[in-house]
Amino acid sequence: MAAPRLFRPAARLLSSRLSTPLRPTFRQSACAPSILRFRGYATQGGVKDVTVRDALNEALAEELESNQKTFILGEEVAQYNGAYKVTRGLLDRFGPKRVIDTPITEAGFCGLAVGAALAGLHPICEFMTFNFAMQAIDQIINSAAKTHYMSGGIQPCNITFRGPNGFAAGVAAQHSQDYSAWYGSIPGLKVVSPWSSEDAKGLLKAAIRDPNPVVVLENELLYGQAFPMSEAAQKDDFVLPIGKAKIERPGKDLTIVSLSRCVGLSLNAAAELKQKYGVEAEVINLRSVKPLDVETIVQSLKKTGRIMCVESGFPMFGVSSEILALAMEYGFDYLTAPAVRVTGAEVPTPYAAGLEEMSFPQVDTILGQATKLLRL
Amino acid sequence: MLLNSLKSARAVPWVRPVLCTPRRSLAHVANLEDVPTEDDKPFSVPIAEDSFDTYHLDPPPFSVETTKRELRNLYHDMTMIRRMELAADSLYKDRKIRGFCHLSTGQEAVAVGIEHALTKADKLITAYRSHGFTLMRGGTVKSIIGELLGRRDGISYGKGGSMHMFCESFFGGNGIVGASVPLGAGIAFAQQYNDIKNVTINLYGDGAANQGQVHESFNLAKLWNLPVIFGCENNKYGMGTSVERASAMTEYYKRGQYIPGLRINGMDVLAVLSAVKYGKKFVQAGNGPLVYEYLTYRYAGHSMSDPGIAYRSRDELKQERANDPISNFKERLIDWGVFSEDEAKAIDKDVRSKVNSEVAEAEKMPAPEMKMDILFEDMYVRGSEPQQRRGRTIDETYYQG
Repeated sequence: MAAPRLFRPAARLLSSRLSTPLRPTFRQSACAPSILRFRGYATQGGVKDVTVRDALNEALAEELESNQKTFILGEEVAQYNGAYKVTRGLLDRFGPKRVIDTPITEAGFCGLAVGAALAGLHPICEFMTFNFAMQAIDQIINSAAKTHYMSGGIQPCNITFRGPNGFAAGVAAQHSQDYSAWYGSIPGLKVVSPWSSEDAKGLLKAAIRDPNPVVVLENELLYGQAFPMSEAAQKDDFVLPIGKAKIERPGKDLTIVSLSRCVGLSLNAAAELKQKYGVEAEVINLRSVKPLDVETIVQSLKKTGRIMCVESGFPMFGVSSEILALAMEYGFDYLTAPAVRVTGAEVPTPYAAGLEEMSFPQVDTILGQATKLLRL
Repeated sequence: MLLNSLKSARAVPWVRPVLCTPRRSLAHVANLEDVPTEDDKPFSVPIAEDSFDTYHLDPPPFSVETTKRELRNLYHDMTMIRRMELAADSLYKDRKIRGFCHLSTGQEAVAVGIEHALTKADKLITAYRSHGFTLMRGGTVKSIIGELLGRRDGISYGKGGSMHMFCESFFGGNGIVGASVPLGAGIAFAQQYNDIKNVTINLYGDGAANQGQVHESFNLAKLWNLPVIFGCENNKYGMGTSVERASAMTEYYKRGQYIPGLRINGMDVLAVLSAVKYGKKFVQAGNGPLVYEYLTYRYAGHSMSDPGIAYRSRDELKQERANDPISNFKERLIDWGVFSEDEAKAIDKDVRSKVNSEVAEAEKMPAPEMKMDILFEDMYVRGSEPQQRRGRTIDETYYQG
């Protein structure tokens, strides 16, 4: 089998292509990620603790400030200051033309936002949670994701869908679903899922600037969590590249691939692995579900020989299924043990606390699987 | 319930006396005097009195200011759509067009009447029966037929097909019934946001009229006073289901409830023209949205696989064909002395040869090459594509650039 070409110089990605005037070309300069400046921020001074909520709020404010075509709409985003206060203060600062309360009418306002994007605006469509976006998923997939391709490239759709996704505490089945796999499977979409405050700010800004439809899957339980934010990330030109994962913790014995809130759980598990067994687990924060950073995952797998995926979606046909399949396709010869996954359970999320705990990955679950995988 | 809503609505300032004339088949309008000899000199032509039914709205003028040139153009454009659709019909029967192909024969007056009331700065979005609208908005017969044939030089580069054609100020061809209606509200929203005083024509069928998101769009449009004219093209059947079997209330122009409405004889291009001109002024004056209903009829089946006779009688079809928008209009223009029978025939001949030659050109266009570059192109805006995309196997993974 011909070895797949995996590692291409990143510069090639940005290389310009011939384009006809009818097909608009995205000016990369508009959102060239400041990777170089971003590297090594951890050692710089001026680091500040910022909650994910404030990081998102900052990203929204900066993008609303810099681009008049951008506006945000959704349920309770304006006068109420956001159901989860992510849009706090934006109405006062930008006025009702740019920060728009909608009725509870997901298919209607999501479709309207997509239409406005087709007509050249850059809407940010907030869903109070992504559970409610199911009412509008046809607009996200059939109207937003596919139109550019179907039109032969003459009809772009620059829109950002955002809101809390996945597990939240004590809200039962209809409000606790992870949609990463749903949106991640759709050609034409880009999907990001931030964990830390830097992720949240950098990825949301990248999503708003990206000329394609981008789904930003946030997590309600992370909103109030504070993370250190580098000086570079505090600036208004801070953008993270979509499609690049981040190695949150380097290691040589085991690769743990995770996203969103499970990154934090994985890091805790990795710390315990080190403490109890002296094992060095490498934790990869995916950041981007689509496109997936296959290169970083496979490179890590080649180094450690073992891979585990940790996520909170349903187990069947999910993000971890995909990661495991990729591990086999690209890294089979490097694996020294079967790849494993830790996921949400295949059950509608129950309400009672104990049962709920059994439905989602906990640090213990991750630790248990890791020790089994490493035969510790 | 309906009466209640009418009564309560009467208290609202914009409510005007309801004019409800029973619908009859279009009466012939009396001969016209004073038709100028010059092609571009404006004069007024009458519209039959039974062309409109109103809902909380004054009727549009029963005459329209026009010129001989414009009248001939209206006839020319309707004939062009008819010819193009017939060409598509025969290409489909020759198995050269694949998949879905929804023809608009019988409904030409709607597309043509609307377009002649608009400028190119006005926006239009429609559902899947879109060939006529694409042509009117600026697509060429060659590019449309090329698209139907799946050719590289088709209007969507062979990627969209019958239901997905776009051009400037035309937002498609949309394949999901009802889903284009909120999009149209969004396009109008963008016009309002950018402070552009134009109108969005937002079309859907009688089948789509029962979709929840159509009503969600009505609410948002009225709530935010959007410059949009919703338009239900009522061709009496949603696929094979007649309006009576699908809708608890078939007066679609009243479906906006709190939005003024107008039912238009969609078989008369002049009635459509007058109504849309009038609606455009109404909307531009900041009065908010309108809900129009264009009463029309589809001669062909729903799509090519439907002979169109299982759910309607041949007699009905024959009766409707007697009310043909093109031949009726031609007779009127001859009666009015706008053109002679021979001149009409000359237009027909000219259109036929134009369509035939463009179809021949389209048939000569190459199909898209079976290359990864072409398969994966334009999924994302150029310059912002992901680095790699997977093909059918790992060996077919496509690397950008």
